Order: sequence, then C-alpha cells, then structure tokens
Amino acid sequence: MISEIGRYFIFLGHLFTNREPFKTYYKLILEESVAIGLGSVLLVALVSTFMGAVTTVQTAYNMVSPLIPNYVISQVVREMTVLELAPTIIAVIFAGKIGSSMASGLGTMRITEQIDALEVMGINSISYLVLPKIAASMLMYPLLVIIAGVCGLGGGYIVGTLTGIITPNEYVYGIRYNFNEFTITFALIKSVVFAFLVSSISSFKGYHTQGGALEVGVSSTQAVTNSVIAVLLADYFLAQLLLSK
Amino acid sequence: MIEVRNLSKSFNGRPILKNVSGVFEKGKPNLIIGASGTGKSVLLKCIVGLVKPDEGSVLYDNRDFFEGDRDTKIAIRREIGMLFQGGALFDSKTVEENVRFPLDTLTKMQREEKQERVNFCLKRVGLENANKKMPSELSGGMKKRVGIARAIVNNPNYLFCDEPNSGLDPQTSILIDELIQDISEDFNMTTIVVTHDMNSVMGIGEKILFIYKGQKLWEGTKNEITHSNVQEMDDFIFANKVMSSLREKQ
Repeated sequence: MISEIGRYFIFLGHLFTNREPFKTYYKLILEESVAIGLGSVLLVALVSTFMGAVTTVQTAYNMVSPLIPNYVISQVVREMTVLELAPTIIAVIFAGKIGSSMASGLGTMRITEQIDALEVMGINSISYLVLPKIAASMLMYPLLVIIAGVCGLGGGYIVGTLTGIITPNEYVYGIRYNFNEFTITFALIKSVVFAFLVSSISSFKGYHTQGGALEVGVSSTQAVTNSVIAVLLADYFLAQLLLSK
Repeated sequence: MIEVRNLSKSFNGRPILKNVSGVFEKGKPNLIIGASGTGKSVLLKCIVGLVKPDEGSVLYDNRDFFEGDRDTKIAIRREIGMLFQGGALFDSKTVEENVRFPLDTLTKMQREEKQERVNFCLKRVGLENANKKMPSELSGGMKKRVGIARAIVNNPNYLFCDEPNSGLDPQTSILIDELIQDISEDFNMTTIVVTHDMNSVMGIGEKILFIYKGQKLWEGTKNEITHSNVQEMDDFIFANKVMSSLREKQ
C-alpha cells in the first residue's frame, strides 16, 4: 500500500520531467477535452436532472411540519446539489466512465507495447500520454459540474412544479433565499481536485498494467474503486478544511 | 556498432541474463537466437534501454547508454528505430499518421517534407496505397511492414526487431526478413533481430548470437551454425524438421 502510494507520486513526478514542448500537448489536450467533455455531457445532464428531481420529492416527503415553508424544499435541493450531488456524485460517475476508459486505454497500450514504442523513440510516455488526460479532465470536469448543478436544480423545478409539491415562485424564492456564493466556489474547488484524482489514479493504474487482456480489466476496475475512495476521502478533507467554522 | 558488455539481469531474484557480452556490427542483420524463455527479448530490452540491467553496459558507437546523462540517452534513443513483435502501431492513428509520428514529435520538418518521407518509407516497405488505413484493417504482415516503415522514417542508425516473423506465414516471413536485410544494407544501420525462426537464421543470419538460459553459448555466422559442436544449440536448431533432414542428408 505504502509502496503503491510512493509509486503514484513518482509517477506524478514524471509528468513534468523530460516533457515535450507545449505545442505538442495543445492538440492532445484539445482531443482529450472533446472526448471527456462531449462524451460525458449527456450522461451527466441525465443523471443530475433525475438526482435533482428525486431530491425534491424526497425532501418534500420528509417535511411533515406545516410550520416549515415550502421554499425550504428548493433551498435544501440547492444546497445538496451544489455542495454534494453535482461535484461528488458526478465524480463517481466520472470515475466509472472516464476513469475506466483511461485505465483500459493505457492498459491496452501497455500490453500491446505501444508505450514501449514511445519510450524507444525517446518520448516521455507518462508525460505524453497522461498529462493531456489530466489537464483535459481538470478543464472539463468543472464545466460538467456546472452543467450538473443547473440540470439538478432544473430537474427539481420541473418535478416539483409539475407534481404540485411546490409552486414555481416558491421554488425560485427558495433557490435564491440566503444564498452563499462560496458554495459555488467550494463546488468548483472540489471539482478540480476530484478531476485530478480520478484522471491521475486511473492513468496510474492503466499505465502500470502488466500481463494481458484480463489484467487490463483488473486495472480498469481498480482505477474506478481507487478513484472513488480517493474522491470520498478528499471530499471529507475539503469539507473539513473549507467549510468548518 | 553496438557493444554489449557483461550484461546481467534478474527479476525477483531469478537470473534471466548472465554476463552476456557481444558486438553487433553495422550494415548487416545481427541475430539473437534461442528458445522461448531464454532471455532474448530481455536482452533486447536491455540494449534499447527499456529494461535497466543489474550489471554491465551497452555502448552505442562508444557512447555508454546507461552511464550517459539524460541528453545522451535521449540523443541515442532518437537514433533508434524498433519493430515490435505485434507491430505496436497506435490504434487511434492511420497508417500514415503512425509512420509520420516520429517526425511530428521529434523533428521540425515541414509538412510537405514529412509527407514525402512518409510516402518514401511506405513505398520502401511495399505499402504505397495504405496511407489512410487504420491498423485494425491491416493483416499481420502489413502491420509489421508499417512497423518497419515507422522504425526507419527518422533515418535511425540502429534498428531493432523483436521476433519480426512471429505469427506470419512462411512467404511473408521471408519478405520481412529480406526487407530487414535490404534496409540494413541500404541505410548502413546496425540491426539487431531477435528470433527463433530457423528460416530467418539461415536466410539473413550474417552474425548470430545464441542465448541459452540467459547465457551466450555461441557466436558465429549462418555458415558455421550447423557445425558448432555446442550441444544445446544443436538441440535448438535441429529441432526443426527441415534442418534435421538436412543434417541426415549430410
């Protein structure tokens, strides 16, 4: 475990040593950004819309006191979506979709000697293959989180108003009531950290695949599980660090 | 010329290479032969620097690869072309992009110049009409030829081929062998081929190193191989029925 963590940090160190000129990465980052961003936007929108809708219904279900005003429902939905559902739950989905794809892609490159081919050419394969993935993830994931937040709140609005749980005016009032802008900043900080963790851990697992097709599958699974654990740990530490009074 | 001095390598305490030395000459194919699992590929990977040996040195025209600084290593690496066992073509790139890749990444050549060089190399390996094909559309032999084209596109001084005939039919194997031999001579490269194919050995084996259980047991040419008086090598080469029948006729 300790040696694995050590190897991970050495791996990160290689990202910046003997790297290629920046112009080499420009196109690669663009390609990765398209794959990561456009490839995930529909899934993220769908999942977050339903998360917002379910949160609205469940919050309303749990509000039994007539003394609590209805706009509290959308206030709760707002806080949950911005603080937790959009950055963290979407990170779990991000790990499942993008993380596993990164690990299996790099794992396949490893077992088919494509990574060796890069090394033989004198190219730092870690930097060439992994740096664009990490940079693209850190660029695109915050955008996905913003989309998830908007869709989550939108999903809550649609379901809340169509089912008569809450009126449109109450929903909008609750969304705006007592709003703390720092929650958005906090969500974006989390999204950058989570994107880094998912992309770097998944790449690390894929890059160090040894064996054949079976091991590529194992690396892909490990990439997802390790990324999710790292995201949840980081989630706690960031909350403790930035939100505790 | 490449010189290997006293190379040793172990994995998990198990010795794979034991004190291997040898000289690989310029302008002709140098073959490393031996049965599967004897350490041929590990020796090749040590020579190209993909695996760091526990002991010993590798000299590229008197430049020590492992003792050299970062710039020396990168300079040597950029003089190397390598054909991998499975071709190691980049799946997401077309044939043309694969061949052009070393030029795109390592040189400052103009687009037209690069295209000319790519076309020349693809023509040289007999694939002038395959530019836009994806690796998944190619046969095993074509993949190897694209691998060779990519290996030579940057005018390397050293060419390495890891089992270039594995998985190929005898006719295609001969074509690949002849191509490697011609390219080595035409471009005056130091070429090292790892193989256990006796057709290759007898076809292009101008300098041969026989590896057995991680040790170099014999060194010579294809003309000397049948009367080496090394029992382990006789067992290896005469396991082939064609070679065995030839010996019986003699």
